[in-house]
Amino acid sequence: MQYKSQAVAKPYFVAAIGLFVGQIVFGLVMGLQYVVGDFLFPAIPFNVARMVHTNLLIVWLLFGFMGAAYYMVPEESETELHSPKLALILFWVFLVAGALTVLGYLMVPYAKLAEMTGNNLLPTMGREFLEQPLITKVGIVVVALAFLYNISMTVLKGRKTSITMVLLLGLWGLAVFFLFSFYNPANLVLDKFYWWWVVHLWVEGVWELILGALLAFVLIKVTGVDREVIEKWLYVIIAMTIITGVIGTGHHYFWIGTPGYWQWWGSAFSALEPIPFFMMTVFAFNMVNRRRRDHPNKVATLWALGTGVMAFLGAGVWGFLHTLAPVNYYTHGTQITAAHGHMAFYGAYVMVVLTIISYAMPMLRGRQANSNKSQVVEMWGFWLMTVSMVFITLFLTAAGILQTWLQRVSSTPMPFMQAQDQVAIFYWARELAGVIFLIGLVVYLFSFFIKGEEKAKA
Amino acid sequence: MSESFTKSTARNIFWGAAVFSFLLFLALTFDTTAALPKRDNRANLTPEVVRGKHLWETNNCIGCHTLLGEGAYFAPELGNVYIRRGGDFIKAWMKAQPTGAPGRRQMPQFNLTEEQLTDLVAFLKYASEINTEKWPPNIEG
Ligand code: HEC
Ligand code: HEM
Ligand code: HEM
Ligand SMILES: [Fe+2]
Repeated sequence: MQYKSQAVAKPYFVAAIGLFVGQIVFGLVMGLQYVVGDFLFPAIPFNVARMVHTNLLIVWLLFGFMGAAYYMVPEESETELHSPKLALILFWVFLVAGALTVLGYLMVPYAKLAEMTGNNLLPTMGREFLEQPLITKVGIVVVALAFLYNISMTVLKGRKTSITMVLLLGLWGLAVFFLFSFYNPANLVLDKFYWWWVVHLWVEGVWELILGALLAFVLIKVTGVDREVIEKWLYVIIAMTIITGVIGTGHHYFWIGTPGYWQWWGSAFSALEPIPFFMMTVFAFNMVNRRRRDHPNKVATLWALGTGVMAFLGAGVWGFLHTLAPVNYYTHGTQITAAHGHMAFYGAYVMVVLTIISYAMPMLRGRQANSNKSQVVEMWGFWLMTVSMVFITLFLTAAGILQTWLQRVSSTPMPFMQAQDQVAIFYWARELAGVIFLIGLVVYLFSFFIKGEEKAKA
Repeated sequence: MSESFTKSTARNIFWGAAVFSFLLFLALTFDTTAALPKRDNRANLTPEVVRGKHLWETNNCIGCHTLLGEGAYFAPELGNVYIRRGGDFIKAWMKAQPTGAPGRRQMPQFNLTEEQLTDLVAFLKYASEINTEKWPPNIEG
């Protein structure tokens, strides 16, 4: 660790991992409810578990992004953070707000929660991923702005690198597009149209800039390849992201009341969206092959390569699978979507956050890398989680293909609930893979507590 | 990548691409906005429908169901449920939940009043009349 103030990243990373555990537990609850429909009913209805699962995911990824920024920006800018104190205050505000929101979901009926938290003043709740009460949403904006102020001031007073520029652009974009979550017209089509300006323009737009910046930073560190080369790649990748991903939003405008021409625009541009993900994979492998040093942190390199591969598979391949309008006509809103959502989120955003944590955590704890023993255990965590996620995706894809066939393609279409019964075996298999994922996560956590002989001081 | 292709070239390409893409996206958004009145059934956005949408949101129906294919995949598509089942069935259904059938997926009881049920049905009817380019492929959603 080169700058004292980088230390504020540590609580962010710890909180991120803690919330990750919570996310997976609720995932397993839902996975069981899929096959044992009355499990935990009415204490935790499916929709409540789902809100907790997805909102925890988003919140812990945001913790990860913020921690990453606090770690990277001082080092890139070659100066201390503008205000470490502000960063710590924001940490507690965000954590408490997040915890209260989740408790609210679990303890209070949703309609009551909406009433209590001012949803009647400005209705924003009850839409997928944007379920947070108004006060939480406002809180997110306040924390995001104060965070951006802190980071931007640091960049302004120090060295400006392409990596920090791209990171800042991504983070500002994240905050700006979140503002569309406050726009919820009564007109359902308009509501849905702008809902995607948050969701799609996040994961297939500005978040990809953050992803690229984090990956580039870690690759510079672990490979020692010339910054000029890495930053050139970064710009080309994000240029492709924007060219394909912005108009690619149209792949969500096929069947929600928007004009038919979106079937052409959306299919054509989103079909090209795998390109930037493919470039990221090539980029990661290329840089590691051309490495100028052998960094002792082997497992961070593994995570970085894994991110490239899995993001390409989850977002690129599984995205392409259902992005052409004639295919999407049949697969829209089925388990195929869930399969893709899981592998893409895991491969791109979960893995990149675990990459930066894997690289930065040892530094924050005063060493260049963890002991060999600890790294080997972390690698077990990597493989267990990643392989189970591949299986979760495959089982959901199988369920999705059958569901699509039985319910949508067949000349004697089967009702939804009946079709679900037919594919139950795959839901059981998904749940089993999910349990192994959780075991992998526990192994991963365990690796943090393994001492072993220490490597050279940072 | 070759040496003559420099970082600043790459950066300029990025900015050019970003500006161009967003302008094109905005242009398409304007065109869509102009085309929507003919497609989005706004003529039928009555006060009941508006209240119905509010009920839809504040009871988090989207946490189990899809609506026009978006949402959760745990329970049936409701964008066309008005056509599939009709208003009376929907009201009776809402009153009869949960089924309590052992092992079967459960839907909570929301304790809505008769008036609220009418609003909800109005919203589901409105949603079913949006021009969705013939999606879903059949009545089962
Ligand atoms: C906790 C999950 C859950 C929530 C929340 C939920 N539902 Fe359901 N809903 C279900 C399930 C599961 C079924 C299918 C049950 C069955 O067939 O036994 C269902 C079925 C239905 C049906 C019948 C569909 C058909 O084709 O027969 C309607 C109508 C319906 N729900 C409306 C609603 C509305 C309106 C809301 C919000 C006020 C809502 N649901 C909230 C789980 C949920
Ligand atoms: C890391 C990047 C990505 C992430 C995290 C991601 C995640 C998701 C999620 C969570 C959904 C479900 C949204 C909902 O609940 O309605 C979704 C839908 C979709 N994604 Fe992605 N995605 C990514 C990249 C891509 C790419 C590159 C493509 C195309 C090549 C793509 C194509 C689609 C399509 C077509 C849908 C709509 C599915 C439907 O009709 O139900 N995605 N994505
Ligand atoms: C490991 C065990 C896991 C299980 C059993 C599980 C289960 C589930 C279930 C049942 C749903 C709801 C699907 C529906 O709407 O019907 C869901 C949604 C979701 N989960 Fe998981 N999950 C797990 C892990 C994860 C992980 C690691 C991630 C992040 C990478 C993740 C991200 C998501 C997302 C983004 C959604 C919303 C999907 C969509 O709308 O398409 N889950 N999960
Ligand atoms: Fe998308």
